[in-house]
Amino acid sequence: MKDSETEHFLTRPSTIRGLWWGFSIVLALTVAAQLFIYVKGYFTVDGWFGFGAVFGFFSCVLMVLFAKVLGAVLKRPRQYYEEYRDDA
Amino acid sequence: MPELISPALIMIMAALAIGPLRGHFRTAIILLAPLLTLWAIWQVPDGVQGTISFLSYSIEPVEGSPLRRLFATVFALMAFVGGLYAFRIAKWYELAAAFAYAAGAIGVSFAGDLITLFVYWELMALFSTVVVWCGGTAASRAAGIRYAILHLLGGIVLKVGIEGLVVSTGSIQITAMLAHDFHSWMILCGILINAAAPPLSAWLADAYPESSSTGSVFLSAFTTKTAVLALILLFPGEPVLIGVGLFMVMYGIIYALLENDIRRILAYSVVNQVGFMVCAVGIGTQMALNGAAAHAFAHIIYKALLFMSAGVVIYRTGKHKCTDLGGLFRTMPLTTVCGIVGALSISSFPLTSGFTTKSLISQAAANQGLVWVYMLLTAASAGVFLHAGIKFPWFVFFQRDSGLRPKDAPWNMALSMLLFAGLCILLGLFPEWLYVLLPYPLDYQPYTLGKVLFYLQLLLFSGLAFFLLLPLMKRTDTVSLDVDWLWRRAGPWLAGTLARSVVVPLQVSAGRFLMACQVYLTQVSVRYLGQAHTDDSEERGLFARSWPIGTTALWIAILLSAYVLIYYI
Repeated sequence: MKDSETEHFLTRPSTIRGLWWGFSIVLALTVAAQLFIYVKGYFTVDGWFGFGAVFGFFSCVLMVLFAKVLGAVLKRPRQYYEEYRDDA
Repeated sequence: MPELISPALIMIMAALAIGPLRGHFRTAIILLAPLLTLWAIWQVPDGVQGTISFLSYSIEPVEGSPLRRLFATVFALMAFVGGLYAFRIAKWYELAAAFAYAAGAIGVSFAGDLITLFVYWELMALFSTVVVWCGGTAASRAAGIRYAILHLLGGIVLKVGIEGLVVSTGSIQITAMLAHDFHSWMILCGILINAAAPPLSAWLADAYPESSSTGSVFLSAFTTKTAVLALILLFPGEPVLIGVGLFMVMYGIIYALLENDIRRILAYSVVNQVGFMVCAVGIGTQMALNGAAAHAFAHIIYKALLFMSAGVVIYRTGKHKCTDLGGLFRTMPLTTVCGIVGALSISSFPLTSGFTTKSLISQAAANQGLVWVYMLLTAASAGVFLHAGIKFPWFVFFQRDSGLRPKDAPWNMALSMLLFAGLCILLGLFPEWLYVLLPYPLDYQPYTLGKVLFYLQLLLFSGLAFFLLLPLMKRTDTVSLDVDWLWRRAGPWLAGTLARSVVVPLQVSAGRFLMACQVYLTQVSVRYLGQAHTDDSEERGLFARSWPIGTTALWIAILLSAYVLIYYI
């Protein structure tokens, strides 16, 4: 199945590369479109050029990093609760 | 007095009939009863439909209003599609419990007074516990007990609040209030426990994923959304709810990001979505309450759709962890597509139901000039796409090739997924169908070029963040600690330690003390009454002798005859 002939077309490296390109172009277009389309800002800042893109990207980065830090504290092996029950 | 009969009673009758009926009759009841209920819901006119006097209270079993009908409609719809999804593989008692559970939700929707509300509220608590137990594993039994304890506790808190209200005002009417005294706080807390609000959010992600692959579809719909309805009816504009809602929104995202179990990811995103609604109730304007109601309607549909696609995966593969799954799109195209439609809807992608309903809430925050609320809700919208919109389909259906090649969904599951996927898109394309059903008149245009562009930027760049940060989101086979650690780990530990250090020594010394007492009392009795007769053959005092049973019987006979004689003389 690893052979590129028999592999599903969605998992072929060439398709994935194409998807990255296509996706990047769409991303660029959504930002560029703001040159022609007026985005109404309710609080000034959210009407700035590309605000949605920057805000979306960085809030996600922040959330992932925060989850990562919190995970270091909160994550336990899956058997955590069961083990205790067996011990008791 | 047909106007006093709540549409919920149809569902209760159906729940009772599911057990005794067999074969096609049972299927017919499962599929037709929710439709009949739906019809009955739309026959309920506005206003209180008569009262019954009970213990000097006037009970109002049925009160109609556009808001109540809206919630009851989506509950009945959920029961129908859930029944269609489940009827071939679920146990009859799971279906009966799910129908009784749905009846509770519909009953709460039409409850005109707090006593009726409370009765149906407890009906939900009982039968949702049964649905959790139908998972059939040791883990689901334990989770079901934790779930039941917490919900019964929540019920008691609610009841204390209702009784306080009755004592102070003498009224059991459901009227809008604010949390300003003890009883209104208790009512609010009781409702918020069912809404999975902090600090007791953990029950949801603890219990729902332990139910069967069909049970979680029902569980995702009713409890939290009836709590939202109760909040809209009782606490519109309560400022505390804004903070509570924002916390739930962020809590859901962060915990879902840490999670490995596919249904637990969805369970955390229930908390996240209910957070949007709770926040909207806190804002409390007509726009915001419309948003909360519309979002609850849309949410039940797409969340059930997501749980259905997860349920099909679990039913077909028996696996429920991201680390075990992946690459299922090859053999499960329909489930993949339906899962993606649900995922896009929950992320409020334009052209889906999430976009046309969630944007009402953001708009309400913007209209009130709540800049922080608006910004956090917007960040959370991006976060929803991150934790549910991409993460769920990516790790289940794509990611890597897990080597699993399961069959796609059976016809009834496929049909129910298609129905809800279709509704997600229809409500996205024609939002006015839902808008006319909302409690307040609404003049809102979700599709303006600027809004769509803003959301596309927000969501697509959140998607970019997901794929760039993918190495940071490597799935680990772990659980995340939550407040339930207190009663799952700290409580048992404390009890164990107390038992070892206090109770066991106490028991030992108490045992010694009792032994000493016994020895002393024996000595005293021997001294004054003599040794027991059986110990040796020596003659003893009169009361220490043992007597043959026949002697006793003879004496009783003599005494009784004497009594009868004396009675007649």
